[in-house]
Amino acid sequence: MKIFRYACELILTLLAVFFFTTLILHLVGAPPFEAYYHIVKGSLGSWVKVAHVITTWIPLTLCACGLLYTFRIGLWNIGIEGQMMMGAVFTTFLLRFGVESDMPVFFLTLSFIAGAIGGAVWAMIAGSLKTKGGVNEIFAGLGLNFVAQGLILWLIFGPWKRPGIASMSGTELFPPKLWLSYLSFIRLSPAGLFLALIAIGVTAFMLRYARIGLSLRAIGNNPHAAYLFGLKPDRYMLLAMIFAGGFAGLAGSIQVTGIYHRLLPAISGNYGYLALLVVMLANYNVRIVPAVAFFFACLNIGSIQLPMVLQLDSSLSGVIQGTLVLATLAVHAWRNLKLET
Amino acid sequence: MNDLNLTILFASVIAGAAPVVLAALGETITEKAGLINLSLDGSILLSAMTAFAVAYETDSLVMGVVSGAVVGAAVAAIVGIFSSYLGQSQVAVGFVLTLMTRDLAYFLGNSYSRLQGPQVTPLPIPLFKEIPFLGLIFFNHNLLVYLSLFFIGFCWWYIYRTPLGLQLRAVGEHPASAYARGINPQKAQILYAVCGGLLVGLAGAAFSLSAKPGWGRPQGAEGTGWIALAIVIFGGWNPVKAAAGAYLFSFLQILGIYFQGWIPSVPAQVFQVAPFPLMIFTLLLMYFVQKESVMNWAEEKKRMKSALKIFSGNAPSALGKAYKPD
Repeated sequence: MKIFRYACELILTLLAVFFFTTLILHLVGAPPFEAYYHIVKGSLGSWVKVAHVITTWIPLTLCACGLLYTFRIGLWNIGIEGQMMMGAVFTTFLLRFGVESDMPVFFLTLSFIAGAIGGAVWAMIAGSLKTKGGVNEIFAGLGLNFVAQGLILWLIFGPWKRPGIASMSGTELFPPKLWLSYLSFIRLSPAGLFLALIAIGVTAFMLRYARIGLSLRAIGNNPHAAYLFGLKPDRYMLLAMIFAGGFAGLAGSIQVTGIYHRLLPAISGNYGYLALLVVMLANYNVRIVPAVAFFFACLNIGSIQLPMVLQLDSSLSGVIQGTLVLATLAVHAWRNLKLET
Repeated sequence: MNDLNLTILFASVIAGAAPVVLAALGETITEKAGLINLSLDGSILLSAMTAFAVAYETDSLVMGVVSGAVVGAAVAAIVGIFSSYLGQSQVAVGFVLTLMTRDLAYFLGNSYSRLQGPQVTPLPIPLFKEIPFLGLIFFNHNLLVYLSLFFIGFCWWYIYRTPLGLQLRAVGEHPASAYARGINPQKAQILYAVCGGLLVGLAGAAFSLSAKPGWGRPQGAEGTGWIALAIVIFGGWNPVKAAAGAYLFSFLQILGIYFQGWIPSVPAQVFQVAPFPLMIFTLLLMYFVQKESVMNWAEEKKRMKSALKIFSGNAPSALGKAYKPD
């Protein structure tokens, strides 16, 4: 019976999203089914495209895994975007020392650690502002996102500018020896994929089977009771933030070493913000997160060619993602209301 | 700095800050009623797009401005309804709407990109314009800028000097008491979400029809919503202080452009970050002022105490918590 109800709700949600998307496609005078066809073809049409989807899926999943820790304790870690940026900044900082050296693997490994630390430090600032300074984590995180963005801009135009011209296109490219190795025929780096899979495994274990998962949940559900029980909410909040920032920082590292090979203003690619939607849609469940992240990545990649073939803006993917989450929240609320009466 | 004409500088601060002032005022009203409308950044873009597209199609600026305001109100109403009647987190819904309305604006506005469209024309006020110095600063703008100036006073008067404003504050401070006094907090929150949303929509229209005319991706209004959110806090949830904050940042940004020549290594975008550390600082200050030890320390230093008072405001007690009658 329960499965039947969930299926009904899912169909209802998807119908609502389908209806809305078709409506706005009609509004701009585009053929809806052709647009859907191009999204599917553009994301799953060939192995190269699937690899591209997975490259997007990696940072999205890493951030989403991090967010699971903070959501579990009841924190809205909107600062994840900035944490990813700081991961990229720290990674670039370290890689700059490796340009002249002949130990690229050593520097690459170190740069990943630096990235995780960078993200974690930024998350700790937001966490400390919350626990020590009474600043709501949403405003602290949001503020720090913009500070991180400003820092990246300053670095690109100031100390790390390209010789000759400083521009929005970023810092000097790193030499290929400092690139994360990738499978040349589909341009996918196995190391990144490996890290993302590890992140899922670790998060699933920590949240479902380890003590920390239970503690985070206990504090999230009732901080006062957890405090009386002997758990220290402040400490666990910081711990959750460090996990979230660490994973986001890793995502930033992969963006630098695996994809762009330099620091640029849009290095975080909105994946942090998008990961918040992923986790909400997955109902904070670590087993569903990878699938939702894959679906979101498909939408993102599939819509890239919409401007070329149909003269539509590629932001259609964002509209579908947002509508999907809103519809899910509405259906969820409707179910709760029905249970109450 | 011989070319820095003070009159022109201040006039351009007043004109340039108009959209931010409108958005910050709208958010102040909504938050005073206890509701956080986090969708600001996206809804400003969506209403900017709508205002431009409607003004372009109908060739009527009034229609454009009105439709922009209506879009802002509609998005705010969704946040209000989800929070008050569907029991969902305001922050979650607002955040999703921020991303979604931004993308919707880009998607629907695609065919209006880089078109030459109508613009709000300057409307100097005849007699006032002649006042030396002040005349050119305040009375030589277009209607949307006058609206932003008017609403600063109006919002303050409404919130602090009318019985309805008292009800508005009561709902934001203690909805249960307000309910006991016969005010329906859920309805009031939606009402003020819509009122605030109208102003946010006006802010969008002020962008695409006046401050940064036209539509495109990026439009140039990106990030304004977040800045407005920061300014509401910086202004301690007081409309006059919020507006002052908006003018301060507009002033800093224009100075940043002037000083670009002095420190060329710093791009102008870095100055846009300024509101955010200050927002965090204000929040920290608010927290520490409530602590007795800090106030005791400031007790002896008269000036320090008044400085602390100016910078600290109190957040509405029920901000972000949806009220549910038993």
